[in-house]
Amino acid sequence: MKSKAWTVSSSITTDLWYNCLTSGGGYHCKVASNEDWIQAVQALMVLSVLFCLLSLVFFLCQLFTLVKGGRFFFTAIFQILASLFVMCGAIIYTVMSPDRAVGVEFGYAYILAWVAFPLCLVSGLIYIILRKRE
Amino acid sequence: MLTILALASIVLLGIVPQQSEAIVIYTGWERHALVGSDIRLSCSFFSWRWTSEDVTFSWSYRPDGARDSISIFHYTGGAPYVDNKGPFRDRLEFVGNPARRDGSILLKNLDYGDNGTFTCDAKNPPDIVGRASSVRLLVFEKVPIQAGVITGAIIGAVLGLLVLIVVIYYLMRFLVARRVFNLSVSKHGRKGKGKEGSQQRQASPLDVGSLTTTQRQQLTATAHKHRTTQVIDGHLTPPPP
Repeated sequence: MKSKAWTVSSSITTDLWYNCLTSGGGYHCKVASNEDWIQAVQALMVLSVLFCLLSLVFFLCQLFTLVKGGRFFFTAIFQILASLFVMCGAIIYTVMSPDRAVGVEFGYAYILAWVAFPLCLVSGLIYIILRKRE
Repeated sequence: MLTILALASIVLLGIVPQQSEAIVIYTGWERHALVGSDIRLSCSFFSWRWTSEDVTFSWSYRPDGARDSISIFHYTGGAPYVDNKGPFRDRLEFVGNPARRDGSILLKNLDYGDNGTFTCDAKNPPDIVGRASSVRLLVFEKVPIQAGVITGAIIGAVLGLLVLIVVIYYLMRFLVARRVFNLSVSKHGRKGKGKEGSQQRQASPLDVGSLTTTQRQQLTATAHKHRTTQVIDGHLTPPPP
């Protein structure tokens, strides 16, 4: 499954939770290493998803309770925090990822993490600029 | 009508037991242990039949990298037989309870050479068709941090911090609102004439003991500034008329 991998090589695909090895006729997966940095990346990614969901909930709340002309500051804080968490997670993974040999590339999920960070940030900034209409 | 019902039930009863006569064996997936410690490897099974008296448990061990496995424990005929020649002689003990379908063994004084795969096979006659289950043993000098502990700790800490910030924010807002309310009550009381004003002011003395020291100082400072209250015996009371 190349799509959810963070690094890919000819036989080993690694994602955030499992390292999988395709050998003749089989798919052997083991839980990703117990090192501290991969657990920190897992935590940061989960937290960013949680904060994005919370910002959506608060946006809906504020949509109905804000005065006319008010700005969505509370929502913006959560969205910007989510983007910061994604950025930290992607940076930690880039720096600490050990497989820098020839033939090992970053997978789609890793690229998606880096794309998500500026999109999240832009969304948070738009919440700051946005004003509630009647 | 009744014959059809009887025939149907016989046919159904004939089909179902074929499938339910498999025995399912449960062991752990992977066990971590420190050098020199003891570890209990648990093995239990599920069977559609009652536990018979001829139930058997047998454990076998395959070292890491080897291709053959050797038998290290066997329980049959109501008696356990432990390894007395192989790598686990004098280190193996049976701690299970076959009547409760528990066939666990205790390995004592582990060493690096005990890394490997332990397979438990249980048979409950006439329920004998089943697949043995394996547990991997990993012996460490220092047990590594389990997967997910740090993840959970970071998530819990950030969410806890968030809840704390929200609680503190609402608490400060509540306290400031209460102080503003008390001061505005006393201000309105001074504008009113004579007895009604002083009665309003004496309505409720604010108990200073429940506030922290900084809040107390702020409160007394503003109280002195407005000259509407005095501190007597630790209570903020309106000045006597």
